[in-house]
Amino acid sequence: MHYSPALLHIPDGFLSLIVSLICWAITAVVLAMAVSRSNKALGEKQVPLMGIMAAFIFAAQMLNFPVAGGTSGHLLGGALAAITLGPWAGMLVMTAVIAVQALLFQDGGLLVMGANILNMGLVTAAIGYGLYRGVSNSSRGAKLAVAGVAAWISVMAGALFTALQLWVSGTSQLQVVIPAMLGVHALIGIGEAAITVAALAFILQTRPDLLNEKSTAAQGSRGWVVAGVVISLVVVLLSPLASAFPDGLNRVAEDLGFIHTAQSGSGPLAGYSVPFFADASFSKIAAGTIGALVVLGLSILAGRSLQKKT
Amino acid sequence: MHSDAFDRFHHGHSALHSLDPRIKVVVTIAFIVSNALLPDGAWMAFALAWLMILIANIASGLGVGFSFRRSFIALPFALAAITVLFSIPGKAVTSFHFLMWDMVITDAGLLRFVSIVVRSWLSVQMAILLVAVTEFPKIIHALNHLRVPTILTVIISFLYRYLFVLADEVMRLLRAREARSAVVAGSNSGGSVLWRARVTGNMAGQLFLRSYERSDRVYNAMLSRGYKGELMTMHSHEYRASDWQIGSIVFIGILIAQIVGRLP
Repeated sequence: MHYSPALLHIPDGFLSLIVSLICWAITAVVLAMAVSRSNKALGEKQVPLMGIMAAFIFAAQMLNFPVAGGTSGHLLGGALAAITLGPWAGMLVMTAVIAVQALLFQDGGLLVMGANILNMGLVTAAIGYGLYRGVSNSSRGAKLAVAGVAAWISVMAGALFTALQLWVSGTSQLQVVIPAMLGVHALIGIGEAAITVAALAFILQTRPDLLNEKSTAAQGSRGWVVAGVVISLVVVLLSPLASAFPDGLNRVAEDLGFIHTAQSGSGPLAGYSVPFFADASFSKIAAGTIGALVVLGLSILAGRSLQKKT
Repeated sequence: MHSDAFDRFHHGHSALHSLDPRIKVVVTIAFIVSNALLPDGAWMAFALAWLMILIANIASGLGVGFSFRRSFIALPFALAAITVLFSIPGKAVTSFHFLMWDMVITDAGLLRFVSIVVRSWLSVQMAILLVAVTEFPKIIHALNHLRVPTILTVIISFLYRYLFVLADEVMRLLRAREARSAVVAGSNSGGSVLWRARVTGNMAGQLFLRSYERSDRVYNAMLSRGYKGELMTMHSHEYRASDWQIGSIVFIGILIAQIVGRLP
């Protein structure tokens, strides 16, 4: 069984105890809300459905396609799960997937599972559903385009959160981990966006009722749009900032006293001594190019699916 | 695909196999927390923790090197910690030239890096042992007893139960794609990367529909067998004296490791 561990699954030992516990606390609060909402909204029939949908996300992560040079793209599924199942159910489904990956396959740790659920399950679902909800009454093309953008941002958000947690734990250096994680996941995110859009287009074409028949209770309120947009904005604004000015973020963290000064010290990698990654203009050019590529890819995909319809 | 294709459980009748799953889950988490609490460079304490893993390996009847052989899964992630080698100020241990930078590995950086990797390596071994000596449904049941919400444990049980069925479905989809993808040697087969991604997306959509429709059949089949919204178990799950004894021994071991790790 080819089952490839993704870069976002943090193993035990890489996050400090404090960071792990804070992430667990946030995750527990959000999951408690998800559980109470789902218990109210879902009948006993929906629970087996969610279980099988969790298996679906797990299995869908095994689908891959060759990109170039032996690498392959595959799905993480947070945005897709939230769009097809609703936000709370999507979060529970992703939590189950991440829990089984950690418990059964040791893909991701147990103490850091809270962080992994937060990065790959909760944030991705909130962004995926929030942005999609904003256009749920719009045209098919708009829905697909927004779903693609949401899928891409959700992967970037997961990468950004992981990088920040590694940095605060004193495991990675900010000026390296942020550009490295965001750079790799900007590409992974394009695969995620393309698969999510194509899968949604397929479902909209064959069984549109599945996406519309959700009871209003299983659906999220308008508040999700705000949550999704706010988190996306944080990611979109913080990522270039953190890539371009890691020293600034380091400085803030030092002033707030939650990171040891020793970790941002004066080694050869400190400051701007890694010109390739830390150069602000390079980061901006890269971000601009990637953004343009994403928009281009999405418009091609949207255009094709619209053509097909007529 | 067989129903136990994803199973990590190894049959046996050892003391660890018969230990109460709740104790096993709690002890595993306590061990991992203990590793996270140990300060950098507490080599004696790390050695003690490793000794505990070796003893657990022997007690499980799976062989001394069982968890060691599978413990390298988390190793690629060590890449994320590699920058601490150079970033923490300290005495230079060694330096080399990489592209256009002079890289200096410091003693403090090396200490931190090795500590992170050792912590991770010890923790993952305990997690490997846990699933090797406990059937997965029992772990889920233990989580239920440890106050994990029922809806989550039920979803996890379904995921575990039907994963191999859907993995079979994935295999069929991949085989169908393979069968329709002829390659002429020397020429570029198929479409662009985006086209390939779209094909994969269609497969994901197809998988979604098949899963959705299957869940209907599963639910009906379960109703006809008396499903009332929660999963039943025939295990009584009562703590025995030996459960408390083994649990206490491990906790004492963890405590000793913590004290040793903090000695000057």
